[in-house]
Amino acid sequence: MKLKTVVLSTAFAIVLPAHAQTEIQWWHAMGGALGEWVNDLAKEFNASQSEYKVVPTFKGSYDETLTSGIAAFRAGNAPHILQVFEVGTANMMASKGAIVPVAQVMKDAGQKFDPSIYVPAVAGYYTAPNGQMLSFPFNSSTPVFHYNKDAFKAAGLDPEKPPLTWPEVTLAAAKLKASGHKCPFTTTYVGWTQLESFSAWHNVEFATKRNGFGGLDTRLAFNTPLHVRHIENLANMAKQGLFVYKGRGNTADATFVSGECAMATATSALYGNIKRNAKFASGISTLPYYPDVPGAPQNTVIGGASLWVLSGKKPAEYKGVAAFFAYLSKPEVAAASHQRTGYLPVTLPSFQLTDKSGFYKQNAGTDVSVTQMIRKTTDKSRGIRLGNFLQIRTVVDEEMEQVWGGKKSAKEGLDDAVKRGNEYLERFEKANKS
Amino acid sequence: MAVEKRVRFKSWWLPWVLIAPQMAIVLAFFFWPAGQAVYQSVLQQDAFGTSTVFVGLENFERLVNDASYLESFWTTAFFSVAVAACGLSIALLLAVMADRIVRGAMVYKTLLIWPYAVAPAVAGVLWLFMFAPSVGIVSFTLQQLGLEWNHLLNEKHAMALIVMAAVWKQISYNFLFFLAGLQSIPKSLIEAAAIDGAGPWRRFWTIVFPLLSPVTFFLLVINIVYAFFETFAIVDTATQGGPGKETVILVYKVYYDGFKALDLGGSAAQSVVLMAIVIVLTVIQFRYVERKVQY
Repeated sequence: MKLKTVVLSTAFAIVLPAHAQTEIQWWHAMGGALGEWVNDLAKEFNASQSEYKVVPTFKGSYDETLTSGIAAFRAGNAPHILQVFEVGTANMMASKGAIVPVAQVMKDAGQKFDPSIYVPAVAGYYTAPNGQMLSFPFNSSTPVFHYNKDAFKAAGLDPEKPPLTWPEVTLAAAKLKASGHKCPFTTTYVGWTQLESFSAWHNVEFATKRNGFGGLDTRLAFNTPLHVRHIENLANMAKQGLFVYKGRGNTADATFVSGECAMATATSALYGNIKRNAKFASGISTLPYYPDVPGAPQNTVIGGASLWVLSGKKPAEYKGVAAFFAYLSKPEVAAASHQRTGYLPVTLPSFQLTDKSGFYKQNAGTDVSVTQMIRKTTDKSRGIRLGNFLQIRTVVDEEMEQVWGGKKSAKEGLDDAVKRGNEYLERFEKANKS
Repeated sequence: MAVEKRVRFKSWWLPWVLIAPQMAIVLAFFFWPAGQAVYQSVLQQDAFGTSTVFVGLENFERLVNDASYLESFWTTAFFSVAVAACGLSIALLLAVMADRIVRGAMVYKTLLIWPYAVAPAVAGVLWLFMFAPSVGIVSFTLQQLGLEWNHLLNEKHAMALIVMAAVWKQISYNFLFFLAGLQSIPKSLIEAAAIDGAGPWRRFWTIVFPLLSPVTFFLLVINIVYAFFETFAIVDTATQGGPGKETVILVYKVYYDGFKALDLGGSAAQSVVLMAIVIVLTVIQFRYVERKVQY
């Protein structure tokens, strides 16, 4: 009898905790160094308590992750948490039955939730017009200017004085080229860095109705003389071999890290990759601007992704999701994530903590993204939230390729991009009016 | 001499039972999805499927009014003809040469069949690496020879890149069938022609090639279908349809609109159009091209 009791109790001791643990499925798009970061977050959260177990699963690129999440939702086995990139935001907001607002999840779970601690420029992007926060601002980045200090030295440029304006970028590129550099300047995500952030940075509208925040009847507006001037400038640089186009999306990232290209406008989250893989000294500076434009530089817009909670799960599981989000918002956790990846700090306390620790002083340039974002925003610079944004980005890519290739002038390319992109906005408006 | 080729069954049910497995597969993997596509094409759904609206032919209307969609027909026609023509001729050449090899034939054959096991997306990436501007090994060599390769901005280069990747992927399949076809041609026919004084060139065109025509015809149909349907992954990894819309073939647009833009109705309407085209093409091939085929 005694033995039986011992065996039974041991068995219970082993089995019970496993049964009591609620699993939270988290599908994400973070590969490489960022994938390790996501896994570490889950591991640390799981170790910090015994009720819930977060299971992160890598689902490929951002659009592959979104597609698999949607397919799983339609088949009835969606994950609890889905990481969705910023261009999918307006579409996610429109899918009312499929998501549970993060504010709601936190409230139902009885978690303390104060939206005001989140960085306003970031949280505002993921907040509905009625003030309810819809998704959790997990990893937000912003485009910054990366440059290769070794290449600068070789070209006779001062490595501690990065070019701050576009005319200075052109001059630096010419010097780099003269010193034998084959790719003086390149850019990732042309739409995001050269038109969206460019607009906010110069305090001009990318789209009407406060860049889409003011209503579904928003229309694209990035064919003003200022935009034409900038694209023309880049096209001229391309002709002279000063700007080399390296493809859509983030393909140009690798060309900077490998040292092939000396200057690049790319996400601030490239920092982790550069730190680990680049074999040269590199620096981060603010996005270039045109000094004669009044109000420039203003602030840049966010990229990256947020975490959405999908509908149709058990209350206990939502409690686990809320606990996990509360964990991610802790100042020390959020600060560690920011310092490790180069993504923006999620909350203001985590920024202050990082600042106090002296991290920004020891790692020059890491505060660039923060100072670009933590500013008083205007109606034109708060962010850009458009329906069918993914298709609009592709339209911009297609039209700009025609400009870099010399088949269209800057004006024609931008006019056509606006016209074609507006068709997608009209469709989104029509589909979501009811 | 008229020979009765039809097989006669004594019982009425046996033929049905014999074709039942095949019918089940065709129903499950062709008719059912095809029906679903037709159904989806008249609907407008949000990505998560929480709201569905019947929109009639609106999805088709939008296609007809989209100038870039109509352009994509020409891109697809050029791409498919190029893939089928290059794929068939190179595979035939390789098969004829492999057929004559006595020593180490297995090694050659295995190496030639290998690419068939490669997934289209991987084939796209492979060729992309070789032709990556300034770092790819082929583009580097081309640069040394004075040709500036840049498929990111030059549409001819981009088209050439996806054609090469698609052909390379399909050559193995074509090669296998051509080789089998060649080996089934009776040696006596060729020997007789040789005794009559016909050279290798003449023997090939008057004897071997006509006897291969059933295989060639079959491969033509298969290659057109392949170019139309199975190449989207190659385009996606190699060019993403760029520069501009120069390499957006019809099936890539189906993939993009359905799986990236999540516009299922629009994507389904396009696949219905694509299905209609392939049905028409196959009918034409069977009615007109097959007449020239000698079994």
